Amino acid sequence: MKSGSNLEKVFEKGEFALTGECGPPRGADLEVVKEKAKHLVGYVDAVNVTDNQTSIVRMSSIGASKVLIDMGLEPVMQMVCRDRNRIAMQSDIFGAYALGIRNMLCLSGDHQIFGNQQDAKNVFDIDSIQLINVVHTMREEGKILGGDDIDGKPEMFIGAAANPFGDPFDFRPIRLAKKVAAGVDFIQTQCIYNMPKFREYMKRVVDMGLHEKCHIMAGITPLKSLPMAKYMAKKVSGIDVPQEILDRMKGVEKKKRAAEGIKLAIEQIQEVKDIEGVDGVHLMAIEWEKKVPEIVEGAGLHPRPQVS
Amino acid sequence: MNDVKKGDFEPKIVAFACEYCSYTAADLAGSMRLQYPASVRIILIPCTGRMDAIMLLKALDEGADAVFVSGCQPGDCHFLRGNYRAKAMVPGVKKMLEEIGLDPDRVEFFHVAASEAQRWVEVVEEMTARARRLGPNPLRTGGGPEYGPLAEKKGGKEDGPRRQASA
Amino acid sequence: MIVGERKPLEEIIESLEGAEKVLVAGCGTCVAICMAGGEKEVGMLASELKMAAKLRDMKIEVSEATAQRQCDKEYLDTLKDDVKGKDVVISMACGIGVQYMALNYEPMRVVPAVNTDFLGANLDVGEWAEYCQSCGDCVLADTGGVCPIARCSKSLLNGPCGGSADGKCEIDPETECAWQLIYDRMKALGRLEKLTEIRPPRSWKTSRDGGPRRLVREDQKA
Repeated sequence: MKSGSNLEKVFEKGEFALTGECGPPRGADLEVVKEKAKHLVGYVDAVNVTDNQTSIVRMSSIGASKVLIDMGLEPVMQMVCRDRNRIAMQSDIFGAYALGIRNMLCLSGDHQIFGNQQDAKNVFDIDSIQLINVVHTMREEGKILGGDDIDGKPEMFIGAAANPFGDPFDFRPIRLAKKVAAGVDFIQTQCIYNMPKFREYMKRVVDMGLHEKCHIMAGITPLKSLPMAKYMAKKVSGIDVPQEILDRMKGVEKKKRAAEGIKLAIEQIQEVKDIEGVDGVHLMAIEWEKKVPEIVEGAGLHPRPQVS
Repeated sequence: MNDVKKGDFEPKIVAFACEYCSYTAADLAGSMRLQYPASVRIILIPCTGRMDAIMLLKALDEGADAVFVSGCQPGDCHFLRGNYRAKAMVPGVKKMLEEIGLDPDRVEFFHVAASEAQRWVEVVEEMTARARRLGPNPLRTGGGPEYGPLAEKKGGKEDGPRRQASA
Repeated sequence: MIVGERKPLEEIIESLEGAEKVLVAGCGTCVAICMAGGEKEVGMLASELKMAAKLRDMKIEVSEATAQRQCDKEYLDTLKDDVKGKDVVISMACGIGVQYMALNYEPMRVVPAVNTDFLGANLDVGEWAEYCQSCGDCVLADTGGVCPIARCSKSLLNGPCGGSADGKCEIDPETECAWQLIYDRMKALGRLEKLTEIRPPRSWKTSRDGGPRRLVREDQKA
């Protein structure tokens, strides 16, 4: 065992893993976190806690992760390279581990232009691949950047993101290979709507043997409505929503679109489950956490394996 | 000159006219005995591409009530792009005038071909009417800013919001 | 070259507070090429100031001068007579020239008329783009001659983030994705293999993060 986290154990047991997501509130109200998280208890193996996603100021990922631990959920703490330099990042990793956080996800982070602090100075001292290696070196060698020994190794289960729909497409599997070489344990992909393209990506990943060196989780986000589908298609960078999906949402009457979105998500989960190299699903029910049980049950992924 | 009122004065207008088109048009207007305001002083230039923002500024600084550049019709510049360059420059000068405190309508760019004597007359009439509407150049009369936030404070702007510059 | 742009007139006028004798001092190098602070722009600003002053009942006397460079003492010295007796010098140079002017003519009050934007190339008439961030440790040999520090919005060293789409950066559709450019160039050069290597965290010591930088060349000092 690298970290002994629940998520790691699920993978070790050869089970199909399932993670959820929880975006912390835009303020200090713990109840918001609790309300979102309560729907996830017992339905996922771990929960991603986002780090100021889309550059909007929110409760820290570390803080909200600790709240989840207290509720009996296992967090995957996200950490972006946008807001901290290597001093703060390494220090926060120690702190997070001391609070009981055992999984983390290393990300570049959305540019601050998307958020509510557009005048901020960004950091990007190190990039996501370098961050993976920092956490890996801490765990495996007990050293921080520069080679100093540390008192108490933070043994994190290390995750990262991959976007099969970003350009240049040919470079995407290479970038994944770099993350694997840097020491990543699991990968969560960007939301998948373009299934043929994801299959092509996975084929290349499998041909390179990368699926044997890390656990790949397919990203699924249920569409709540037609406006949301259109928004994802047009406004969110790195997301590819094909016309067929938009047509399918458009094809059902307005009241039934939410149900159609859930049906689609369940189909997508079943589809990715059969793709070689996919070891799990990362279910991002954005501001729709209460629907997670329905989706998980619908996809036949309930109950979750007991591993501890 | 401080007592000069808007509308009832004889404006001084400086025209920078391209030798290949507008200058010839002005000549033709004369030959055709077309009547138009005697307010305009024409400066012959080899091409409107020779124009520089500073030339427009200096004309106003030295008291002109309005200044315009008149060049060839699109596609007809003898030097290929001179008229486009001059036309692109004018909005920048308008912006400078706004910052200085002068009405941007005091400068303009027109296309007048060599054969368009009547058009030349209309352009001069248009700029004369504009100058009469705006009143004498405050740099000449010693008035305050006529445009921008300072204009209202000083009461230099009498007839409400200015029309936006036309091209 | 250093790319800059003229400040709004109002801001320059505000910075003159209390001054009567003013010198507008241009710089004949970078800012002249990018048409922000050369001899021509000095003429323009002086003219604007004179006109604005007349309208605002400000008593200022504006004179003009341009040095070949304001970042070199030898050239700055050529302005000696022009600076003499002035209350304020408006430097139209980049931030370097403004400071060097102030240092060389202490205790003269020197104010800037130009915002220094970036180190860039002249892409087309009236168009410039940032190409270098003077980070002090050039990586261009390994990135196909496209700088990821200056031209990637996140200064990433190991490839494009998930926001690269159709060759554009996630921050806006006008901005090119530097990593797409790097990928294309390296592919054309037959050097894609180089991009599979992990580039470790770099030292920013050579960049501004190491404090103000200084270069001393003993071979040139004698």
